[in-house]
Amino acid sequence: MSNAISALEGRAVAGDVTVTDMGLQGMISLRGDLSDKALTKVCKSVTGADAPKPLQMSVAGASGFGWMSPDEALLLVPYNVVRDGLASINNALSGQHFLASNVSDARAHIVVSGAYADEVIAKVSPVDMHPDSFAIGDFRRSHLGQVAAAFWKSDANTFHVICFRSVADYVFDLLAASAKAGPVGYTS
Amino acid sequence: MSTRLASKGRLVDTSKAISFSFNGKNLRGYAGDTLASALLANDQMLVGRSFKYHRPRGIVSAGPEEPNALMNMGEGAFFEPNQRATTTLLFDGLKAESQNHWPSLEFDVGAINSKLSRFLPAGFYYKMFIYPRPFWKHVYEPIIRKSAGLGKAPIGRDGDTYEHFHAHVDVMVVGGGIAGLSSALAAARAGARVLLTEQTAAWGGRAAVDEPQIDGMKATAWIDQTVAELAAMKNVTMRLNCMGAGVYDHGYILAYEQLNEGGTDAPRHRLWRVRAKQVITATGAIERPLSFSGNDLPGVLLAAAVRDYVVNFGVSIGDRTVVVTNNDDAYRTALVLKKAGLSVPAIIDARPDADGPLAKAARDAGIRVETGKGIAEVKGGKRVTAVTICGQAGEGAVVETIECDCVAMSGGWSPVVHLWSHCGGKLNWDADQAMFRPDEQRPPTDGNGSGFVIPAGIANGHLFTTDVLTNGFAAGQTAATAAGAKGKVGKGPEGYDEAQEPIVPVWLMPQGASHELRSKAWLDFQNDVKVSDVQLAAQEGFESVEHTKRYTTLGMATDQGKLSNINGLAVLSKALNADIPDVGTTTFRPPYTPISMGAITGAARDELFQPIRKTPMYDWHAENGADFEPVGQWRRPYAYIRGDETVHDAVNREVTQTRDSLGLLDASTLGKIVVSGPDAGQFLDMMYTNLMSSLPVGKCRYGLMCTENGFLMDDGVVARIDDQTWLCHTTTGGADSIHAWMEDWLQCEWWDWKVYVSNVTEQFAQVAVVGPNARKVLEKLGGMDVSKDALPFMQWRDGTLGDFKVRVYRISFSGELSYEVAVDAGQGRAFWDALLDAGAEFDVMPYGTEALHIMRAEKGFIMIGDETDGTVIPQDLNMQWALSKKKADYLGKRAQERSHMADPNRWKLVGLETLDGSVLPDGAYAIADSINENGQENTEGRVTSTYYSPTLKRGIAMGLVHKGPDRMGDTLRFTNIGGEPIEAKIVDQVFYDKAGEKQDV
Repeated sequence: MSNAISALEGRAVAGDVTVTDMGLQGMISLRGDLSDKALTKVCKSVTGADAPKPLQMSVAGASGFGWMSPDEALLLVPYNVVRDGLASINNALSGQHFLASNVSDARAHIVVSGAYADEVIAKVSPVDMHPDSFAIGDFRRSHLGQVAAAFWKSDANTFHVICFRSVADYVFDLLAASAKAGPVGYTS
Repeated sequence: MSTRLASKGRLVDTSKAISFSFNGKNLRGYAGDTLASALLANDQMLVGRSFKYHRPRGIVSAGPEEPNALMNMGEGAFFEPNQRATTTLLFDGLKAESQNHWPSLEFDVGAINSKLSRFLPAGFYYKMFIYPRPFWKHVYEPIIRKSAGLGKAPIGRDGDTYEHFHAHVDVMVVGGGIAGLSSALAAARAGARVLLTEQTAAWGGRAAVDEPQIDGMKATAWIDQTVAELAAMKNVTMRLNCMGAGVYDHGYILAYEQLNEGGTDAPRHRLWRVRAKQVITATGAIERPLSFSGNDLPGVLLAAAVRDYVVNFGVSIGDRTVVVTNNDDAYRTALVLKKAGLSVPAIIDARPDADGPLAKAARDAGIRVETGKGIAEVKGGKRVTAVTICGQAGEGAVVETIECDCVAMSGGWSPVVHLWSHCGGKLNWDADQAMFRPDEQRPPTDGNGSGFVIPAGIANGHLFTTDVLTNGFAAGQTAATAAGAKGKVGKGPEGYDEAQEPIVPVWLMPQGASHELRSKAWLDFQNDVKVSDVQLAAQEGFESVEHTKRYTTLGMATDQGKLSNINGLAVLSKALNADIPDVGTTTFRPPYTPISMGAITGAARDELFQPIRKTPMYDWHAENGADFEPVGQWRRPYAYIRGDETVHDAVNREVTQTRDSLGLLDASTLGKIVVSGPDAGQFLDMMYTNLMSSLPVGKCRYGLMCTENGFLMDDGVVARIDDQTWLCHTTTGGADSIHAWMEDWLQCEWWDWKVYVSNVTEQFAQVAVVGPNARKVLEKLGGMDVSKDALPFMQWRDGTLGDFKVRVYRISFSGELSYEVAVDAGQGRAFWDALLDAGAEFDVMPYGTEALHIMRAEKGFIMIGDETDGTVIPQDLNMQWALSKKKADYLGKRAQERSHMADPNRWKLVGLETLDGSVLPDGAYAIADSINENGQENTEGRVTSTYYSPTLKRGIAMGLVHKGPDRMGDTLRFTNIGGEPIEAKIVDQVFYDKAGEKQDV
């Protein structure tokens, strides 16, 4: 729909570490047996990404295939193809026990990027963000400040954050404040 | 007088002068000074008044144990009280003021208390102010509060910012002295990820001052070399000005880093929240004072602090220093002073003999050493002028008076066992060294029962350089191995020590001191507790050390007894004729020294104080007069205020307009949980009290959820989506908890049932379109058929309305014709705007939660949280119709069969109408005509919901009443605080459209 907007409507802050709303992002929450071949096959066909290992996000261009739990995956696709993706999954897995839900509008997608982006996350999340522990492709469901969030590392200085739509302002402002406060000098 | 020496100090940079002020006086110091050293360099010996007696007090120490030099610091938005001068690094523009004096530091009226001190013994407040009882609250306490207290409370907001930082390490080393450096070295060489923190601004601890030999070089050279080696290792993080504040379960450690002062943009403090596999506490030791009369006068300092000021800051406390000790270490102070060209008239050693190398060196330097002697009394007013000398063995008969302006005292060293003890590490009493030290066999344990804290160096009771280094290095190696690091650590450092003669414990000087002397022998400087107070407490039966502490306030000040604890409990043990280990210590609790409130808060202030959940239409609400109320973490409009309306007016307008024409409600916050799978029907039949498996596709059913104990916990409309899929609406507050509740049962109890649930609450913006014109406005948007035949009451359909793909539920919580329309959240605002446009001709009005509540109450619908409070079962609400009799079981069914739940005497839901049409007070109780055994009136019911109904133009209410439904028409009397009871009649709870005709058109 042409009148759809993301919660943050493209907000961005500049600085040594930038915080940027990624706008509308297609997301499918898929509950099912992640070891099932038919399931991983259709997920790959929808996202182009290979099945992720536990605690990882497998990325292919603008799409991704993330491991949320042993029986839950998060598929990232362009916003305008979510309904097609859902239809493919529902067709391919027809007769199997699974649940695919469109959660694109339920969430916000924010990118934190810059020299000390990992420290910006580590200020507000209890995850071990040290580069020796948190590699490119690693994906965690944790919290940022006082709310639930998930994030993965797409390159050494870039992290993608997903949070609920209702708290998008809070998460954005929290990350922006942490970025503004400067580096800690721990991970670098 | 105290002054800056020509020799300067190793930590100060005399090329960088810094100006600061103390009590309005402009003073100068140097970069690297602490506030304490800068004050002393300016001859500011008197820095505060004591808490109880307002005695003049000076700086006692050079570290975090300082009890006296607490300052009001900064001003305005940068003001903070109780800042320790000894741990505050000097910065340009620093403003400090002494505390607890009136009218001035030099002349304090409260000092009269000191003369009255014999009338203010231990427990004085408890004894004096207990009668008459009411006086405490209204007379005594307010007055005492005014005269007591240290710093001022800050006014207004803190102008600085703060932050947290999470770090995960293999080994955290607390303390950057030579023990901590050795530990970090071993752990880092083994390959462990190491975090090393030091509370001061310099590495090396005591060794940097005392300069023992390490690996054949001076200690400072070894420290520089080791710091350089550590700094070059990628797996090591080192932080100065960063205090290990507390050790908690599972290797969680808080460290407090002081970054910037003076209102910069960058964070002032950073709180490190560390997870460490192993913790090494290389926290050093604190020197104990000696208890002699007048030991609190300005100019009496700990012996090691006196030489710290000389060596580190080039500051002398006085020209003539008498050293008084019971151990060899204090001789180092005498030697340092002598070397600095200052005079040491005598070393007063309480021990019978002193013939070790240090004593010999002192004698060789021409210093007079008096053994078997003690100080009878320190002479002076606001600073020391002389000491009188007596035999340590006697009662204090003066044999000599020595003029001096400084007394350097040492009663031995107490390992800093705080961090070891925080999480349960145990202590042993080492009688030979007169100290409590960690019992390495009883460390704090992790989830596997293994120790995760290792004490090292002096903090572990090793007083000699050789042992400190060996122990520190071994601790690092052990910790690294336990953390899984396997690298080779190489050779550890080796130290060299001069031989020392043993300490002789001295808990009172002289040991038979008269009452007069004991009454001026201070144990706790900050809280004014003397030897005589502890003895009195023991005499009055406060035998437990914890009781004595609270009775006397020993160790209860902001320094938490860092100087006073061991001396105090030694005095107590003597008074009780018990051994020190049998008396035990008080509990060591974090933080080690006070940390700022800002650091604890971190980023969570102002708009980040608490997350506020916003629906897609939030901005519209905010721009259109919404008076928000918190519902969970959401902010929902309570009502939309127009012009000069009161909130009450707005609510009534919204209700009337909705009932007459058209209202809109932002219902996006309601929980929406998809439940799907072959066993989903069976699962929902367990979750809900009514039958959900039989619900046909396309239809909706209202359902109740109970806890296992039978109490009503949530309600909502369930829609059958397809053969295997249901969508469950929950209350706003219940969305997350009901989702978790479902997962709990599926994961822990019915793990073999094939059911998946997905919380899609925030995927949809949901708008209730309510009122007689609801259908017209949807038809105006165009698209799907929303007629009564195509979309009957309690059914749902997918379709389009205008440009929007929607799911429409024909459900009504208001009693009117009502559609709840769900659209993707990204289009929520656009859909809302479209409805407002289309509804303009019907004078559409959004309504808030209060109008929602009133309309549901007019219809007699219950509200979770109003009619329920965790003790109410569906039967209390006459909802037997929602309890399926066809099902073998549902959560809560068994519990509802228990005798008390099935008791006909339970209070049950009814409607209530006041006789005079007024509104009953919320929560009012119905008064029964009987009195209980305490002479109070019994109650027989209470109001659960009460409103003014603009539709009926009178007050309406619901309530739970004893046998209520059987008493229709009876009149009850309800409590009315500050007025006469209000009479109300029991009526049917449905006040409006009992037949339900309006919603089903």
